Amino acid sequence: MTINLKVWKQKNAKTSGNLETYKVDQVSPDMSFLEMFDVLNEKLVQENKEPIAFDHDCREGICGMCSMYINGQPHGPLEGVTTCQLHMRTFKDGDTIVVEPWRSAAFPVIKDLVVDRTAFDRIIASGGFVSVNTGNAQDANNLAIGKDKADMAFAAAACIGCGACVAACKNASAMLFVSAKVSQLALLPQGQPERESRALNMVAQMDAEGFGACTNTGACAAECPKEISLDNIARLNREFLGASISSQEA
Amino acid sequence: MSWLTKTLTSSIGKKLLMALTGLFLCTFLVVHLIGNLQLFKNDGGYAFNNYAVFMTTFPLIKVVSYVNYALILFHAFWGLYITYKNRQARPIGYAVVKNSSSVFSRNMAILGTILLVYLVVHMSDFWYRYHNEALPYVKYTEQIASGNIETTPMEIGYTQETKKVETFNEEAGTKTVIVKDLYNVVSFSFQNILLVLFYVLSMFAVAFHLFHGFQSAFQTLGWSHPKYTPLVKGLGVWVFAVLIPTGYAAMPLYFYFFK
Repeated sequence: MTINLKVWKQKNAKTSGNLETYKVDQVSPDMSFLEMFDVLNEKLVQENKEPIAFDHDCREGICGMCSMYINGQPHGPLEGVTTCQLHMRTFKDGDTIVVEPWRSAAFPVIKDLVVDRTAFDRIIASGGFVSVNTGNAQDANNLAIGKDKADMAFAAAACIGCGACVAACKNASAMLFVSAKVSQLALLPQGQPERESRALNMVAQMDAEGFGACTNTGACAAECPKEISLDNIARLNREFLGASISSQEA
Repeated sequence: MSWLTKTLTSSIGKKLLMALTGLFLCTFLVVHLIGNLQLFKNDGGYAFNNYAVFMTTFPLIKVVSYVNYALILFHAFWGLYITYKNRQARPIGYAVVKNSSSVFSRNMAILGTILLVYLVVHMSDFWYRYHNEALPYVKYTEQIASGNIETTPMEIGYTQETKKVETFNEEAGTKTVIVKDLYNVVSFSFQNILLVLFYVLSMFAVAFHLFHGFQSAFQTLGWSHPKYTPLVKGLGVWVFAVLIPTGYAAMPLYFYFFK
């Protein structure tokens, strides 16, 4: 296969970037999208040109590092997969593919396709955790958790924090991410002690980072590689508004 | 900052205010439609003109209507403010965008702006003229026994102190009512094809706005439930995006084609 690429090139956060055109020959349909970039980068290095910077780590679809906005969709056209799990057989020989970084005021571009997603880390640090009770592990099934609750919490916990929801949202809103992180703990007994402060603090941090508000368009859930449900956003709204009304802090 | 200000100015709180005001405006749409269905009564506007007097004189309704105007303005400008803030969250846009959301949900601000323009036209067409202009008066003579109503327009230049003058003639068994003839203003206005088209197209904007807006308000309130969400979505589509805009659009069309 021959693939024509238009890739966003940007030196650093301070400079402005532009789309540059590349041609990649001898692309195997079995290559992943990232492997296609590896081939291109090796060629660029051999030609003494600067390779394209992009984020990647596990290449198994579970780390949430890869972050390419491919032909107008985060992680490309295939549903329920990350960029690393997107294979070139999804495209046709001779296709032109436009690759851009996540676009959000809260995710500044570091270089080319690499954006700074530490805003998510700061949101997690503001409340997306359970204060650990050290000591011996208690017996399994000591804590009774309904199967339905466990399943919902598990589905929310599937979020890998890649930021595709922010990239897809017309408002660059982080609501799907924050709602998944709040939900996975709000649904389980371990999350109860910090339930109210978690919702309040994580929403406050989300707003402080400069993400937009939710318009309930549903683009986030449609593009999420882990298919996190919009029900989580409704739950976050409940958790946040409920905590605002009932929490003891005046 | 007090906890309340903090809550209402957060991204979720801002949307809560949109949802609550939006749902209030939805109830207004229902009431306004039911009241205005009296336009379809073939009584020379007797019921409608009396209703107009009631709506502009009954104290509780007056209070509610001013609250309603205030909430319309709040919903409109708060919505534009949120849209402006949301745009700032993505200073640099994409070269290519393939949307996976509905076109209505992405353009609520544009639809809302169309509706704001519509409301200015609509209010100046009827509300402003009813309150501030010398409208023609009409006299209805009702035979109390049979319920027959005779309609006589008053001469031009006739005016009266109160909005409604009601007199009884016991000998003749009649009731006479003299009121401003808003029905006639409505009927006359909708002979203009451009105004009729503008009204009908604006009702498409209402339909599209509520197609997304009604269920979105419930999602913002956190009301998502496998048992009730299908009902909310059904109501939003069939009642608020189909039935109500169709009912409103039927009024200008009725007067244009049948009066």
